[in-house]
Amino acid sequence: MDSIHIILYFISSILFILGIKMLNSPLTARRGNIISFLGMIIAIITTLSYVEYEISSIIYIFSGITTGGILGLIFAKKVQMTSMPQMVAIFNGLGGLASSLIAFSEIIKVNNTISFNLISVSILMSILIGSVTFSGSITGFLKLQSLITGKPILIPLRNYFNLLILLSAIGLMIVSVLYSGNTLIFYTLLGVCLLLGILIVLPIGGADMPVVIALLNSYSGIVAAFTGFIFSNVALIISGSLIGASGLILTRIMTKAMNRSLVNVVLGGFGATATNIDSEASDKNYKSGSSDDIASLLEYSENIIIIPGYGLAVAQAQHSLKELLDVLENQQKNVLFAIHPVAGRMPGHMNVLLAEANIDYELLLDLDQVNEKFSQTDVSIVIGANDVVNPAAKLDKNSPIYGMPILEVEKSKSIVVLKRSMNPGFAGLDNNIFYNEKTLMLFGDAKDSIDSLNKSFKELN
Amino acid sequence: MAMLLGYELIKKIPPTLHTPLMSGTNAISGIVIIGSILVITSSSSLTVNILGFISLVLSSINVFGGFTVTDRMLEMFKKPKKRDKD
Repeated sequence: MDSIHIILYFISSILFILGIKMLNSPLTARRGNIISFLGMIIAIITTLSYVEYEISSIIYIFSGITTGGILGLIFAKKVQMTSMPQMVAIFNGLGGLASSLIAFSEIIKVNNTISFNLISVSILMSILIGSVTFSGSITGFLKLQSLITGKPILIPLRNYFNLLILLSAIGLMIVSVLYSGNTLIFYTLLGVCLLLGILIVLPIGGADMPVVIALLNSYSGIVAAFTGFIFSNVALIISGSLIGASGLILTRIMTKAMNRSLVNVVLGGFGATATNIDSEASDKNYKSGSSDDIASLLEYSENIIIIPGYGLAVAQAQHSLKELLDVLENQQKNVLFAIHPVAGRMPGHMNVLLAEANIDYELLLDLDQVNEKFSQTDVSIVIGANDVVNPAAKLDKNSPIYGMPILEVEKSKSIVVLKRSMNPGFAGLDNNIFYNEKTLMLFGDAKDSIDSLNKSFKELN
Repeated sequence: MAMLLGYELIKKIPPTLHTPLMSGTNAISGIVIIGSILVITSSSSLTVNILGFISLVLSSINVFGGFTVTDRMLEMFKKPKKRDKD
């Protein structure tokens, strides 16, 4: 590697930084992404320009990049916007697995002999973090895709158990240095790390998924940095640390939005305490309305705030919602959208869905901007959201979500809740909003409900 | 230092763009693609080459898929050309 290659690597890192920076406004974001991509291309070409080839490696490299590139493009083009969290989880997992495999081949190259030095430690750390990222992301994917339950899966004493596994992973790493040359140790280490990733994510409930995804994203950066130490490669070290850091900060922003510590999220079990509330819920009274009732309520309202939640995403209702927005705006009504930081299954997920439906991002307000507006609001329409509007977060000290900032819909003159049924939401919590005398419930799939609302509205006019 | 830089960068990004931010940074973490190339070119052992090849495929999916899907999302954040009212 000459100094020209190092300079090129630095340029590619600078392009990454610039690209991320340009994500600070929707106007420059797309160009920013292209600049990051350019950085990646420069990094790849730089690498190819200084390594020495055999014919076979050329074949491996080009067929590998082509295969992966085509597969990646197909996934990226086909995925629905509602499935973005799953997509990110999978890509994350692949990155983690790739790093583990790289570390493994390094071990094979040195005939399993490692010693206590930077490279060996980096190899071991790559295996640890890479495989935890991989199995954790895949577990997260399975939860998001509802292939396994999104509810927390609680194993008794799990935290001690996980700690034990982590300690044994570290123990194995030390043993692998002491008894270097033994292949079996590495396989055991790999197995233990994979198990650890699964066990860390299993107890985490659906509502905490945004945090987990952000955290795993950060891991995939950290592991890239460790891979960089194996090869003393600046591009890997700089970009890896950058992604690791940004992931951690995003995780911090998320946990702050939920008023919980990261430790609290990772220790898991959120939402598991709510089972006893369900039985009480069935005794309470709520008013359910028809789409006609709600349409005439909206007819006489001026200021409307819509609170979309995950139910909207599941039902793919974003385009119907846009139709509703158009109808309301045609009647000169002020419509805004309130987006809670943890609405949906990943940070900013709702914004993407609404943007997909061509809803102007300037209508989307976040927590601080919108909460002062509820007192002047005639109708708040809650669509498939629950925890983010649950006043228990402010009032009930025993509630698992106590302390989480919420959207204060109870301040508006009336509330409409579109919901599939009276079953509690993802976190398994009951919500007093539903029994408020200002509240009208409309049951059904979010898309069907909005469509029938649109229909009722058209009949009115 | 990367930590500090990361903080400065991320805190300025509006919540609206957090999903593209995640998929974008995720694509950048596909930089391990370089590691895969280095593995393949540094050895002629078949096992190493196969492992390197697999990791190259995986990280290429991460890189090309990640940037494409981020672009797809950001394309939707264009300002709608006309609004129904002002």
